[in-house]
Amino acid sequence: VSGGAEIKVRVADIETVAERIKRFTFHRIDGEDFPVFSGGAHTVVSMPDGGRLRRNPYSLMGDPEDRSRYQISVLRTPDSRGGSAFMHEKVAVGSELALSYPVNLFPLDLRAKKHLFIAGGIGITPFMAMMQQLASQNGVFELHYAMRGRAQGAYWERLKDSGQKRVNLAFDDEGQSLDLQRIFDRQPLGTSLYVCGPAGMIDWALGTAKKAGWPDEALHAERFLAPAGGQPFTVELAVSKKTLHVDEQMSLLEAIEAAGVEAPFLCRGGACGQCETTVLACDGTLLHADHFLTASEKASGTKIMPCVSRFEGRTLVLER
Amino acid sequence: MLVPGIKSRPVYAGLHADAHARWNILCAQGAGALTLEAMLASAPGGFLTKSVCLYTAADAASLQHENRLATIGFDAFWQGPTTATLLVQLDHVLNNAVMGTRLYVAGIEGFIGEVMRLGMQHGIDPRSIQTEHAGSIRRRVQCVHCKGITDDVTTQPARCAHCGLMLLVRDHFSRRIGAFQGVCIDAEAPGQIPPAEVAFP
Repeated sequence: VSGGAEIKVRVADIETVAERIKRFTFHRIDGEDFPVFSGGAHTVVSMPDGGRLRRNPYSLMGDPEDRSRYQISVLRTPDSRGGSAFMHEKVAVGSELALSYPVNLFPLDLRAKKHLFIAGGIGITPFMAMMQQLASQNGVFELHYAMRGRAQGAYWERLKDSGQKRVNLAFDDEGQSLDLQRIFDRQPLGTSLYVCGPAGMIDWALGTAKKAGWPDEALHAERFLAPAGGQPFTVELAVSKKTLHVDEQMSLLEAIEAAGVEAPFLCRGGACGQCETTVLACDGTLLHADHFLTASEKASGTKIMPCVSRFEGRTLVLER
Repeated sequence: MLVPGIKSRPVYAGLHADAHARWNILCAQGAGALTLEAMLASAPGGFLTKSVCLYTAADAASLQHENRLATIGFDAFWQGPTTATLLVQLDHVLNNAVMGTRLYVAGIEGFIGEVMRLGMQHGIDPRSIQTEHAGSIRRRVQCVHCKGITDDVTTQPARCAHCGLMLLVRDHFSRRIGAFQGVCIDAEAPGQIPPAEVAFP
């Protein structure tokens, strides 16, 4: 599976919903219905940026049952390699892009009696879809949403105005924070926790939940990483007999794709394991950045996740 | 006659007192009392005072365990005559439980299966329920034909207590029902039934 077939879309609407955050609404060019997705699913957006093709995953945030459109929200990150900058600056209403079929690596555990959402900043997006899904199923949920401030936070006005007592907002710049210990201690048995936000917040929330006695099986987090740039390096692909150059702004996976080599992927964020590739030879250091390989697999130096991980050194040969 | 390698065959990993748990519910049946005592011997300080224990002796030989458990110092101790009464009590305890509560089960497989089934109905992931087998390996078996459940099955094949078919008791286990699956042993060749042997003493 290399992400499967793509869906050609046209940008129908772009709305600035907060500082540095834009919401994009897509319609299918062929006029067909979009596939149904489930809350927490993402789509990989292919962006033809000059001579290179970028592919970034974004959570689908619309109503999962609305098949007439897909919506994503994109935060423009200052240290972006170009994906979010491309979406913010080069994409306009009418632009044509390609989306992957939806993939869900952050699904609701529907066996749970209650769903507890902890969101930080742009991490609100998967929960927008999850809340709509649960609303139509009379599901029980509670959202605690921390933002830098009112200007930087997206969708909080809409959430506040929905009159839901189960939505709790916290603005950092007003001295507010989430009292996670208190929140966790009063949840009924059978509650599942979902966290999406900056890495530090995810670690804090999961660590606090474990100390509060929550079992690992009830803890869920979306840990997508944007692939970081780094030093350029050269890689040899043994199966396709190609030698490629990976520049500072390119991920290893993107370089493999740019060379016309078919490579599997799903999340492009170091979480799903789909792009796992065998390292045949390595004279140097593998810079593992994923959340998939175990510490011992990383130490063994025999596997790499090319979507987020890089290399420093003389020779790297992959079985691809 | 058992087919090896059936994935649904439960594995009981053993009990370990969880130091992080805010509240513990310990359920035991018969010889499972000894399993609880072994776990408590290495439990962190303060564990007993945040634990409730539900026990059913199930047989005369296990009645002696009741008195020991009753004086061990749990925050609350409940004992009942049967698994069915224990499940009613457990349902009540789980209704009022909060996250941070850990469920532990020790006893025969049918007992573990029924407690886990109730725990799952309360939204607990079965993987977060701690289990340890203790006592007889007799089985709780569901007849896949009439759906009736026969408890305390010790033989292979075994007669369904509801429809009377002779059943091949499989390792195939239903977590949803909390029982092993039994299939008609002479469906292909009616009347050809091997003699019953004690397979699950």
